[in-house]
Amino acid sequence: MKNFSFILCLLIFICSCNSSDKKIAENLISVRQDFSEGKEIYNDFCIQCHMPNGEGVPKTFPPLANSDYLKNNRIKSIKAIKYGLSGEITVNGVKYNTTMAAQGLSDKEIASVMNYITNSWGNKNNSLITEEEVSKIER
Amino acid sequence: MKTRKLTYILLFFISLSSCAQDKNPVNNKNSHEIIVPDLINPWGFVFLPDASILITEKEGKIIHFKNKIKKEIKGLPNIYVRGQGGLLDINIHPDYKNNGWVYFSYASPKGEEKGGNTAIMRAKIKNDSLIEKQLFYKAEPNTTRGQHFGSRIVFDKDGYLFFSIGERGNRDENPQDITKDGGKIYRLNDDGTIPEDNPFVNSENAKTAIWSYGHRNPQGMELHPETKAIWSHEHGPKGGDEINIIEKGKNYGWPVITYGKNYSGTSITDETEKEGMEQPLHYWDPSIAPSGMAFISSDKYGDWKGSLLVGSLKFSYLDRCTLKNGKVIKEERLLDDIGRVRSIEQGPDGFIYVGVENLGIVKLIRS
Repeated sequence: MKNFSFILCLLIFICSCNSSDKKIAENLISVRQDFSEGKEIYNDFCIQCHMPNGEGVPKTFPPLANSDYLKNNRIKSIKAIKYGLSGEITVNGVKYNTTMAAQGLSDKEIASVMNYITNSWGNKNNSLITEEEVSKIER
Repeated sequence: MKTRKLTYILLFFISLSSCAQDKNPVNNKNSHEIIVPDLINPWGFVFLPDASILITEKEGKIIHFKNKIKKEIKGLPNIYVRGQGGLLDINIHPDYKNNGWVYFSYASPKGEEKGGNTAIMRAKIKNDSLIEKQLFYKAEPNTTRGQHFGSRIVFDKDGYLFFSIGERGNRDENPQDITKDGGKIYRLNDDGTIPEDNPFVNSENAKTAIWSYGHRNPQGMELHPETKAIWSHEHGPKGGDEINIIEKGKNYGWPVITYGKNYSGTSITDETEKEGMEQPLHYWDPSIAPSGMAFISSDKYGDWKGSLLVGSLKFSYLDRCTLKNGKVIKEERLLDDIGRVRSIEQGPDGFIYVGVENLGIVKLIRS
């Protein structure tokens, strides 16, 4: 029986592209930490490709959830949102080669959305990004 | 007994996890040749009578591609490049040869409020510059939201100008209200005036350019080569992308009825049909994120003649839909994995040309 439960849990995990309630609950926690402005921007500009729980789309759009790229490339990530990103990148060991266009966000909006995504879905960033930091990042 | 139960549960979960996939079979017996290289996002394009091409880049450039050389057209209006907004579709007047009118749609910041909304303009081109610019339509109000600008432009057999504007991320207010812009397909005379027999000219406070409503975000629109009816497709949310035949005054249902769900997976409505609202001719679940549309009416592709082609942004292929008695009976993937397919046209030579993000415009070759 124990074994059975384990398999069930594993399957639920595999099926997480169907955004289980558990994941929605995680979103709510983020809201409580007041990344609500960033979340609003995410839902407006990012969700179509990176999906509601940052899981991305296999082979096409890299995940933001538990993303080593996002964790290790703070400046590059800000630059990507600010100016767009093209060329091959590797996220969690998987290569992606889809271009992301700049979305026309203000520096403040970029800071907000960065703070939201770097503190959601298993990501944790204690050193929050400011509008000023974004403004200083050049192409 | 236990094993059988487990198998059922397994099957159940396997069926759930199929969400991000799309079951259309791949057809590998086709390839492409790059005709216009190095484009970022060829949102729309149109062939001119001399076989040169006018191309819109979403970031706000019109490119004239002639004799393998790209020239940028100057003198564009202010374009609001944010989210899905930017320079969008382009088309020419049916009598372009004699009058030189070029029509294009774009996100415009014009107006008092912050943000932008979709606009339609016509102009002529002289010395690689736009002249005699006339703003035909500007949707109101502006908003800073990044979604759903539409837009495609077509002329019907009688020379009327049709264009689509998405609901600008305000589904609860715009699509079902004919006194508001967004979530509509509009009809104008070719000179920008409003036809007297538009469906809502006598409705109080209505936007009288409206032809049909209840749309979400139509980014494909084309005249059927035989019936001359206007076919359009539109993005659903998670699931529920639709193909519709657009008719005068009709309500296509968004968001009251839909085959889609919120991106989070929560429900928008339980209803998929309702009296007074049109059923789609076809819908996609999962969404393919359709953009661009063309019918194969030439003899260049053998028995593909009569097929409807739809670009898939999400899954990066050209969807060939086989039609029978006005229904989609089969779909297959052409140019599989080519990149985000944004725009499609049948050229004057009868070949199909496809605008692909971060690649360019390619010619479809059946092998």
